[in-house]
Amino acid sequence: MSAKESTRVEYGKALLQLGEENEDIVALDADLSGSTQTKHFAKAFPDRFFNMGVAEQDMVGTAAGLALGGKIPFASTFAMFATGRAWEQIRQSIAYAKLNVKIVASHGGISVGEDGGSHQAVEDLALMRILPNMVVLVPADGPETRAMVRWAADYQGPVYIRTGRTAFPVIFPEHHRFELGRGQILREGKDVTLAGIGLLVHHCLAAADLLAQEGVSARVLNLSCLKPLDWQLVVDSARRTGALVTAEEHMATGGLGSAVSEVLAEHYPVPLQRVGLRDIFGTSGQAELLLKHYGLMPDDIKRAAHKAMARKDSR
Amino acid sequence: MVKKSKEIPDISRLRETARQVRLDIVEMLHRANSGHTGGSLSATDILVALFFAQMRLNPQDPCWPVRDRFVLSKGHAAPALYAVLSRLGFFPREELFTLRQFGSSLQGHPDSSCTPGVEVPTGSLGQGLSIANGMALAARLNGNGVRVYALLGDGEIQEGQIWEAAMSAAHYHLDNLTAILDRNRLQIDGHTAEVMSLEPVAQKWEAFGWHTLEVNGHDFPELLDALKDAEKFKGRPTMIIAHTVKGKGVSIFENQVKYHGVAPNKEEYEQALKELQAD
Repeated sequence: MSAKESTRVEYGKALLQLGEENEDIVALDADLSGSTQTKHFAKAFPDRFFNMGVAEQDMVGTAAGLALGGKIPFASTFAMFATGRAWEQIRQSIAYAKLNVKIVASHGGISVGEDGGSHQAVEDLALMRILPNMVVLVPADGPETRAMVRWAADYQGPVYIRTGRTAFPVIFPEHHRFELGRGQILREGKDVTLAGIGLLVHHCLAAADLLAQEGVSARVLNLSCLKPLDWQLVVDSARRTGALVTAEEHMATGGLGSAVSEVLAEHYPVPLQRVGLRDIFGTSGQAELLLKHYGLMPDDIKRAAHKAMARKDSR
Repeated sequence: MVKKSKEIPDISRLRETARQVRLDIVEMLHRANSGHTGGSLSATDILVALFFAQMRLNPQDPCWPVRDRFVLSKGHAAPALYAVLSRLGFFPREELFTLRQFGSSLQGHPDSSCTPGVEVPTGSLGQGLSIANGMALAARLNGNGVRVYALLGDGEIQEGQIWEAAMSAAHYHLDNLTAILDRNRLQIDGHTAEVMSLEPVAQKWEAFGWHTLEVNGHDFPELLDALKDAEKFKGRPTMIIAHTVKGKGVSIFENQVKYHGVAPNKEEYEQALKELQAD
């Protein structure tokens, strides 16, 4: 596999670059600027960076006020606290108000590792996806992160971007462009579709390799734009491959698994298996071990693919 | 028409405006048959002082970039804000009587997407001060001399976010921000002292780093002096604790918990008209 990049580190770099290009860009953090990587912007533009202390609700409200004053605020903290602690502030003061605030939250999913269940956001995508006016993005690598952050700065409206703690392999070219509402076919296949977001996109690609060794041809999708979802691509995949697997570092409910289920149920029902956390919280441990424990590895995706395909055949 | 803070305000005219606004409020609420009577009437004089004598505004251009900003953090007093905005010409007075109806531009709680002159949606309590802080930070970055005003309810400051915002406004030395507390001492479940004690409220704001003033919230000269004092004060945000009477102006509503969230029925409405017209 090629070089690895961390989505949060790439966010920090992209934000710094945007700050140099546009003086309306401002950033806020809730005492986690080292972890979220807003520290680089803070150092370069101290007058345009606001550390709000350990106060996520106030951070979200202050970001709303800055947007009303014509600024383009990027507000960052851990995904759990951004979306959990400040959910109703995001709902009322950002989504309901349709304000131009970008929430870029790091440490999404269980690959947070050692900090344990209190810090592992496995509900954030559900919490953001349910909000009208909110765009929800989960980049799969460094180039996609940079493209999304740049896109978000130009887009007029609320955006949520989830970054991860760990580094992922790079799959997109250096100057990748992000398009709202579009997913990508990363690998063509005809027997089953593996649709992932974030780190699990890479596990889907690895699962497709495993399946290929067994003579199964898997299409792999990156559905990093979770909302608005590329429903045409989902329907096309259902039509062409007849079975789908979704894979995410999130509850199997409320996030990608639900979003794809909704599209299939309404437009083109085919067997679907959801890889994700099954009504259970995270726990402490090394990221790799946790991904195994919760069944989010390529092997698990491969097994889910077989299950989905078996259901296809038995219909 | 651009309101300039330099003009010397005519106190008797402000009192007359407030009386008209109160008449509009009781009519709106009576016709809507729902809404918050007590807190709209307690906040009326504060809003009239701000909008008719203090803030830099342009009703013909609600998005005028250098207008002063107002956040009704106690969004439940929307009828009072709407009555003031229509009287200034932000929208026609007839719209007042569509309050809370389906398709109306006047939502039950303020919504900036449909009401000219409303800066931001509020109604979920405790969020307005953070928003006002953000506006004040933006105004400072923009260097445009914009001042920001936020009106808070006293029950509302039981919300934890208010105190997060109290800390950050002081931390960032937001002297272009003035908050006003409508201290009417009642909330929907009873007296604030019984539901959740707030005292010593002035000392709390002082201790959080705010320049803190106390006024009679129905006395225009006192309100205007405090607003001017706040404008001149440098280095810290100002909190004006405005002691008010919930339901002010109509005897049957005054200091009555019941009228927090209850609109006047026909008899109460007629009684209110009689009292306000006799003023």
